[in-house]
Amino acid sequence: MEKSLMKGNEALAEAAIRAGCKCFFGYPITPQTELSAYMAKRMEKAGGVFLQAESEIAAINMVLGAASTGVRAMTSSSSPGVSLKAEGISYMAGSDLPGLIINVQRGGPGLGSIQPAQSDYYQATHAMGHGDFHILVFAPCSVQEMVDTVMLAFDKADQYRIPAMILADGLLGQMMEPVTFPEPRTTLPDKSDWAACGHGNQREHHIINSLFLDAPLLEQKVQERFQRYAIIEANETDAELYQCEDAEIVVTAYGASARVAKSAVTAARQKGIKAGLFRPKTLWPFPKKELCEATKHASQILDVEMSMGQMIDDVRLATSCRLPVTFFGRTGGVIPTPAEVLTEIEKLTGGAA
Amino acid sequence: MTTEIILAGFGGQGILFAGKVLAYCALIDGKEISWLPSYGPEMRGGTANCAVCISDEPIGSPVVSNPDYLIAMNGPSYKKFIDAVKPGGLVLLDNSIVDEVCDRKDVTEVSIPATDLATDAGLNGAANMVLLGRMLAETNLFSMDTVQKAMEKCIPPKRAHLIKANLKAIELGMAQK
Repeated sequence: MEKSLMKGNEALAEAAIRAGCKCFFGYPITPQTELSAYMAKRMEKAGGVFLQAESEIAAINMVLGAASTGVRAMTSSSSPGVSLKAEGISYMAGSDLPGLIINVQRGGPGLGSIQPAQSDYYQATHAMGHGDFHILVFAPCSVQEMVDTVMLAFDKADQYRIPAMILADGLLGQMMEPVTFPEPRTTLPDKSDWAACGHGNQREHHIINSLFLDAPLLEQKVQERFQRYAIIEANETDAELYQCEDAEIVVTAYGASARVAKSAVTAARQKGIKAGLFRPKTLWPFPKKELCEATKHASQILDVEMSMGQMIDDVRLATSCRLPVTFFGRTGGVIPTPAEVLTEIEKLTGGAA
Repeated sequence: MTTEIILAGFGGQGILFAGKVLAYCALIDGKEISWLPSYGPEMRGGTANCAVCISDEPIGSPVVSNPDYLIAMNGPSYKKFIDAVKPGGLVLLDNSIVDEVCDRKDVTEVSIPATDLATDAGLNGAANMVLLGRMLAETNLFSMDTVQKAMEKCIPPKRAHLIKANLKAIELGMAQK
């Protein structure tokens, strides 16, 4: 297929349609709006539903409803809007519903800025709502990878009956890069064993619910769910290792900041510094064993984020605090430059050996 | 090799479009590319700009701190980016609009009255393409054949009549050299 140039936001939308998404519910917010706009234009022609809800809260609950019937459904927003969706995401997790939520992150807290940021890492990976639960969190770093990740996220969400999130940011959403799309999905997973999709009184009711007033029963439900999480943690981690084979300093970064870090690592190598990049492609589950592999020969880690330092906690935990981890980041919508990251690498390593 | 370009001006001057034409040229020639716009409140009445990276290698950061080439279509953009241009770089300005004078001796500055040239040729609003044409003449980045194919990609079929006008403006810019 011929490559075309597309904005990240539009590519996410087109990929979702090709992944068989039949329902998009959203509410506009910068820097994500092109995604909704693309859906508004294309979804109906693709035989699906586009609906601009009255609020983010309404939109996520519409996703919950649509997902309950077994169709692929999604919503997208940016940081403040995703906070509003938190309740609905918790309800989806508690109801074992698949679905895709896209967060094109901007600066926070509060209304913050509309420039790219990565300060929703904690929220996405550790507390995307109340209660004991996890969601899948993916972190692509190019327009093409966003397309591939949409396909994967819908598949994994269905496979494990769990909400999935793509944690992008304003930079990835707004930039254009060459991209190709896979053929549209023609067959989708069969959900007739649980979906509330009508049955003409031919079987028992399928009930989608997150309310369990009997405490021991709820405990059992949550424990069962955590057994599924353990399988996900064992099988679904993914990361890119760049020049890590002999790296003495490994830079950890995801999404847009990983692109900046990669430029810095390449520049460091040209100066004779043995630097590498570890880029998690899944943030939950966090690729712990991959990070241990990447840092086998390293004496230190530099964590780079567009935040005040959030993923750094998972980096420390994954490596059991075996190595010193230094942080460098910009926040509030400021994007770090490769030169800034290179300066940090040089400062930490004392330059070339 | 990576070529980094910043195009900047007022919102409405076709800055993002000119960047898109460049990006499509690079795509057609089989290069790696990124195109990153400024977005947000600064588009409304202030400066609009976009960064284009063209490379033989995959692009790392799409943010351009120090461009090889700068196209500046208004004074504020010129002031904002002139000091960032790499030594030895190329600066193109529309002196129908930009009054500022460059005091840098380590960059090549090419000044043409792009807006006036476009208007006189009956190509209102195509100053962006005139400057792009002049840049292509200075740098030999892409052939006219590639530019034509790119233009056909950038302009939707229902506005096909604009392809010719834009190409004419590019040729007008090239002829200024």
